[in-house]
Amino acid sequence: MGKTITEKIFASHLRDKPSAENVVLDIDVVMCHEITTPIAINDLVERGMDRVFDRTKIKAVIDHVTPSKDSKTATQAKILRDWARRHEIVDFFDIGSNGVCHALFPEKGFIRPGYTVIMGDSHTCTHGAFGAFAAGIGTTDLEVGILKGVCSFRMPQTMKIEIIGLLPDGVFAKDVILYIIKELTVNGATDKVMEFCGPVVEQMSMEARMTLCNMAIEAGATCGVCMPDRVTAEYLWPFISDDYVSIDAVVEDFSKWHSDSDADYAAELVFDVSSLVPQVTYGYKPDEVKDVMAMEGTPVDQVYMGSCTNGRIEDLRVAAAVLKGKKLADSVRGILSPATPKIFSQANEEGLIRIFMDAGFCVTNPTCGACLGMSNGVLASGEVCASTTNRNFNGRMGKGGMVHLMSPASAAATAVEGVITDPRKMI
Amino acid sequence: MKTFGGPALFLDRSDINTDEIIPAKYLTENSKQALKPFILEDLKLPHFKSDIKNARVIVTRGNFGCGSSREHAVWVFEVNDINVVIAESFARIFRQNMFNCGMLAIELTREEIDLIFALVNDVTISVDLDKKRLTVWGKEEIYFDFTLNSFDRDLVIAGGWLAYADKNY
Ligand code: SF4
Repeated sequence: MGKTITEKIFASHLRDKPSAENVVLDIDVVMCHEITTPIAINDLVERGMDRVFDRTKIKAVIDHVTPSKDSKTATQAKILRDWARRHEIVDFFDIGSNGVCHALFPEKGFIRPGYTVIMGDSHTCTHGAFGAFAAGIGTTDLEVGILKGVCSFRMPQTMKIEIIGLLPDGVFAKDVILYIIKELTVNGATDKVMEFCGPVVEQMSMEARMTLCNMAIEAGATCGVCMPDRVTAEYLWPFISDDYVSIDAVVEDFSKWHSDSDADYAAELVFDVSSLVPQVTYGYKPDEVKDVMAMEGTPVDQVYMGSCTNGRIEDLRVAAAVLKGKKLADSVRGILSPATPKIFSQANEEGLIRIFMDAGFCVTNPTCGACLGMSNGVLASGEVCASTTNRNFNGRMGKGGMVHLMSPASAAATAVEGVITDPRKMI
Repeated sequence: MKTFGGPALFLDRSDINTDEIIPAKYLTENSKQALKPFILEDLKLPHFKSDIKNARVIVTRGNFGCGSSREHAVWVFEVNDINVVIAESFARIFRQNMFNCGMLAIELTREEIDLIFALVNDVTISVDLDKKRLTVWGKEEIYFDFTLNSFDRDLVIAGGWLAYADKNY
């Protein structure tokens, strides 16, 4: 019997098997941000266990609320900053170099095929785009990760999701994943790894694959994963060129992680996206999804572009193409948060920031910002936001607010019209 | 080891998410105790009688604790002395966080959960870890055997994953 990529990664990182169903894995990358880590740090200090297992394998960033908005968030940032200095964490990112964790860490080349990655953040599944096993965890797991470099998991089953056909113009990875979540429901993949494969995924850039894997958690999945291939190799080349003779050699090496053709899957699903249309959420759960046409005309107060789902350069390019030469509708506030400083300056060099600003967008520094309703665009009760983020829970972007999740193209078209709009007529 | 059992609080809906258990705005708190008053603050359920003060056990439906990875959702129960959640199913991270804190996330079938819900209000539940048996006292008395994998049980006995990992790795 062959193995899935996840089974191969688990086998190569196995530290212990404390029961028939549980495994303890060695972890390659433990990522930390200032919302969930300070309480772990405080607890470790209180217990007299203020140590780190490997200061080069821990990556830390202040990204959720930055610059700090009040004394409490300033305290959280300070706890993380002081800890990172105390333990000489090599890769620590603070104001000036910080950005949304799931955009920043991949961009730095920290995530490699075959890695095990954990973070006290549910969207850690994003990093599976590199052919890694990357899972969100709670604070206690984070504490043990920081202290010991291990984490326990139940052996997850894999759900194979083959995406075939030809993605139509105006339809993007975000629409694909929203559609898949609608089909699977919010717990359709609980305790499973969603393995994305097929010609559409193979054609996707790393950015688009990250969008796909980012929302695996919204179907309950432990992780999303894509096979590491030439696209992965080219993305990582600047970081690994010393270790390989050529990109071909990288591709060859990465292929050792690929799922075997006779691997065992809990389910195998095929989605043909040839006739998919842009997708939008309508309720307070990410599986409450409709075709954009069914939502057209819904008024919005705010349009938010950014986050670990869709705040990357490709997303900004797509949105700017829609916005070019146009203005925000009078009734709408537009906010753009490029996900990292690199994306910000690239967007600046390409003239995208100018397009957003000319359209009337406010451009903020890289941060999670409004995505989790803590800063930079919190909604008032009764307000509606068209958002490129990943979560539409009741109250997520502010108490009493409503969030409609959609692609950057759909959000840009909506910004111009002031009501939810099918972007295909503007592309 | 924690103590398990007592009066039950019924949350009659599936997919109750971590934002409803403890809203994101309280994530800036750096102590568990500070979370105590905000338990289930954003949960909107018809007929939700929030008799949280006396509750020691939560009984709910499917996919409980979905959404963010925040362990605050577990701590807010812990500081309110609720160490057991009984549900049809859990979101993975929430379930793992429960056992990591030495608390119990017990899964029963839909039919069994329905039987407990039929007794709604003034229900007390006790937990026998050795026999893996729940006893539910309401209008009548019923037993349920539950499964608990040996590792999760070890975590509960050790008082959580940190203590377990510190000893073993
Ligand atoms: S952008 Fe939003 S979803 Fe992503 S890590 Fe930040 S808060 Fe979480």
